[in-house]
Amino acid sequence: MTTRAVEAWTLEPLKRFVSEAAARLVLLMTPAGQVMAQHGFSRAVDVMSAAALGTAIMASTAELARQLEQPPFAALSHQGERHGIFLADLSTNRGRVVALVVYDVDVSSVGLVQLFFGQLVSDLQQASPTEGVPKQVLASDFERELSDSLNTLFGR
Amino acid sequence: MTAGGFAHALDAVTRVRGVRGAMLVSAADGLIVADQLMEGIKGPAVAALAGSLANRLGRAMAAAGMGDSVFWHLQCTAGALLVVPAGSGVLVVAVTDPEVNVGLARLELLRAAEAVG
Repeated sequence: MTTRAVEAWTLEPLKRFVSEAAARLVLLMTPAGQVMAQHGFSRAVDVMSAAALGTAIMASTAELARQLEQPPFAALSHQGERHGIFLADLSTNRGRVVALVVYDVDVSSVGLVQLFFGQLVSDLQQASPTEGVPKQVLASDFERELSDSLNTLFGR
Repeated sequence: MTAGGFAHALDAVTRVRGVRGAMLVSAADGLIVADQLMEGIKGPAVAALAGSLANRLGRAMAAAGMGDSVFWHLQCTAGALLVVPAGSGVLVVAVTDPEVNVGLARLELLRAAEAVG
């Protein structure tokens, strides 16, 4: 299984998390759905779908919390028969990052994922550069940026 | 069983000299159901790792044709982890000092597991 990153500082924390939590698939992305790093995906279309769906869920739950006049939910966990999904966001020096984790229930558990997610948060906060502003993707550049990101994520 | 019932099941375990804390852990999730822990014990970490270990040990026992596990004693230099799987998919876990009376702790863990069901 490959682990690749568009934002290089996310790579080592992600590799450590995948190894410790025994995660099957992981996406790190911005709240807007721009993928920063991935583990385990083999097709670009899957990454794009997962990123769009993951950030949409985060946006929906954040709005639900706002309607309830509560702070945003910390994490969302959904367990199926064979796989579980863990979705949460975290704060770094480069802004908020959304993490989508898929794990096999035979190999890992929500407890393990939660436990090592705490370590991932800490590792990403330490690894994130304090200098430099992340480049904003303009509509005119979107397709090229997306294509470049996917090429990096899949080693093309 | 109610939350009060879970707490009562753990009471007798934590009364054994040398037991630093006891927990009921959902084996499948690795999440704490109820706990009575001394300060300094990382309950969520112990629960997650005990749940993971239960899963792997269960498969090892099955592969070896040894049936269901009844009691584990993981002895370390600074203490021990004692675990009894209850029938309902809950693990009764005790974190102990090295000099704990393992026999007595085991007895109370088995009683707690029976009470939890």
